[in-house]
Amino acid sequence: MAISWYLVVSAFVFCLGAAGVLTRRNPLVVLLCLELMLNAANLALIAFSRMHGNGEGQIFAIVVMVVAACEVTVGLGIIVAMYRRRLPIDVDELRALQG
Amino acid sequence: MSTVKICAWLTLLFPLAGTLVNAFGFRVWRGKAAGWIGTAALAGSFVSAVLAFLALQDLGAEQRQVRAIAWDYAVTVGVDAQLALLVDPLALFMALVVSGVSMLIHLYSVGYMASDQGYVRFFAYLNFFVFSMLLLVLAANFLLLIVGWAFVGAASYMLISFWYRRTTATGAGIKAFVINVLGDVGLVFGTYFIFRGTGTLDFLGTFAQVEEVFAVNDGELVAGCLLLLVGAFAKSAQIPLHTWLPDAMEGPTPVSALIHAATMVTAGVYLIARMWPLFERAPAAADVGAILGCLTLIVAATTALAQTDLKRVIAYSTMSQIGYMTMAVSSGAYVAGLFHLMTHAFFKALLFMAAGSVIGAMAGMQSLDRMGGFRRVMPFTFGCFVVGGLALSGVPPFSGFFSKDEILTYVADRGGFHVVLAIIGYLGSFITAVYTFRMIFRAFLGTPVREADELERGHLAHGEHRNPLTGEEEDTGVGFPGADHHIAEREGTMRIAMGALAVLAVLGGLLQVPGITHAVESFLEPTFAESRYFEELAPSDGLTYIGLAIGAVLGLAGIALAREVWLRRPGTAERVRTRARPAYVLFANKWFFDEIIDGLVVRPARLAGTFAQQVFERLVVNGLLVGGTSGLVRASSAAVRGAQTGLLRYYAGLLLVGMVAVSGYFLLMA
Repeated sequence: MAISWYLVVSAFVFCLGAAGVLTRRNPLVVLLCLELMLNAANLALIAFSRMHGNGEGQIFAIVVMVVAACEVTVGLGIIVAMYRRRLPIDVDELRALQG
Repeated sequence: MSTVKICAWLTLLFPLAGTLVNAFGFRVWRGKAAGWIGTAALAGSFVSAVLAFLALQDLGAEQRQVRAIAWDYAVTVGVDAQLALLVDPLALFMALVVSGVSMLIHLYSVGYMASDQGYVRFFAYLNFFVFSMLLLVLAANFLLLIVGWAFVGAASYMLISFWYRRTTATGAGIKAFVINVLGDVGLVFGTYFIFRGTGTLDFLGTFAQVEEVFAVNDGELVAGCLLLLVGAFAKSAQIPLHTWLPDAMEGPTPVSALIHAATMVTAGVYLIARMWPLFERAPAAADVGAILGCLTLIVAATTALAQTDLKRVIAYSTMSQIGYMTMAVSSGAYVAGLFHLMTHAFFKALLFMAAGSVIGAMAGMQSLDRMGGFRRVMPFTFGCFVVGGLALSGVPPFSGFFSKDEILTYVADRGGFHVVLAIIGYLGSFITAVYTFRMIFRAFLGTPVREADELERGHLAHGEHRNPLTGEEEDTGVGFPGADHHIAEREGTMRIAMGALAVLAVLGGLLQVPGITHAVESFLEPTFAESRYFEELAPSDGLTYIGLAIGAVLGLAGIALAREVWLRRPGTAERVRTRARPAYVLFANKWFFDEIIDGLVVRPARLAGTFAQQVFERLVVNGLLVGGTSGLVRASSAAVRGAQTGLLRYYAGLLLVGMVAVSGYFLLMA
């Protein structure tokens, strides 16, 4: 099987995730879509790893997963804190950084 | 080190020690302790100066220029800055006069200032002043001279503003300081011009090279000498830098006696005499000095005729007498000028002390209009004032007679336009006698005023505590004159000081009587031996005796005129005043010098300041520089602020677009 199929799937999932990040307003869903993008990248890494026949790409994918786990932890923590302070759970409403 | 050097350093160190002991022990010294410490320091200084004098006389005439070098600050290529004293007859002559007269003035102040709250501070300042003055006269190079010169100006400021809560006193102090700093600047620039030519700061080194480095009337040398004259004129209160001296009478009377009669104001005369090799090489500058000195002499004498403040009359007479000295040393009559400097220190200090005693009896009032009839109740003060007055008027055989006439005959002997100067000098000596005895007749004779009557009943006037100039109310705390006043009749120390000066004022002239003695001349000879005029100027016996006769006659005639106007026919002064109205207005307003300087210097400076503040500071600095920079930053930040929406999805979108753009670029390139 040619590597291009794996890459097409990876690109599709990445675009799906990116579209979700750009269009959805619920931070939970935004986080989920980020996971999609990261895992799309993982898929591509593992596919290239198989093609080259060594394990470096797989190690890199595991590192990405660790980072993703940390990121989700921090993200979920922020969302819970927002919920407790009764702030709106909507990324468009959180514009305190506007210049 | 030889005895001369040790004694010279001790002369300088005693007053410094007195300053430090008084300044740091101001909480400790009670009663009159500070006064006695100050007097003892000056006595030590005077004794050291006398010992140095004796040791110097033991040396051969050619070796009487001793340099006492303590250490070198910086001796490198082109600069020789040393902490060194030059002990030669001229410096020692000045040191003897300064320390001796200062010692007597300290003694006088012990009693005179007894009631002042700032007693310790006063003596600390007074000692510091004497230290600075001795540093000035003993300095062996321009550097140390400038240091002493500036110290003297600072000490004079502190002492004039001694009653620092009196606004008139602080104003007078500032005026004196500003004019003196102008002189300091002149001195520094003058030194620069001379240093540029000779490459050494040392006096003896400079004098040795003058002849080879500079041609006669060389432009740079004349400029340097004129700038030195600016320094000398500011210190010595010569026209046009004289306006601070009459105002300086705001200080306590011993200060007037010390600074403004005996010592500080003679610094300019000393400077010109010290720099004689330069001035003889630049006759143009010396002529300027002689002419301005002569002008000062006559302007000050006529102004003194119309003043009513007792101390200001004496201050103008000081200016006038220093005019004589400046004229003498600028004309080559060095010995005569310095001789007059010495006798003037004696009799003028005496006059100020006697005036202080009268002012004490008047409870601080200085106006002649309010005085009268003090002769019977203050016989000692009256006697001293008359002795000082006779010496000032040049009546034989008092000291001023010989010194003033020596100046005038020597100046006349120079020939040329100097003869005119001498004639003006004789006119001045006539006016001197008139205004001196005007003071005596108005203050001591005539009907006794209330204060004199009360004093006769044993009660010393107390007076309200008001500023005599403005009538402003004052208390007697720190920074104001003390509660009680002191007169010579009741204070032993004042009597001793005045008595000693009275004896000196009578006998001082005998040091140099034409044809009989020449002590001053032979003592000063080593300093001036190589001067062209020292040998050349030798008035014939005929000229000398004619000069003496004219001087005596003019002095006596002046006294007779004053007696006629103010004693025998009391209304005469009024009649003269109305008849010669323009002259009176001119003299009473001090020849309008204050107004001229105000118009020429003060107002333009103030206008320039206002312009700088309102136009330059406000528009250029505040508006353009500061406002422009902050405006630029603000405008550019406003331009980029629009990009920061705070919208998370917008940032994410931008990120994605950017990433796509970068990857698309690389794809196309590959």
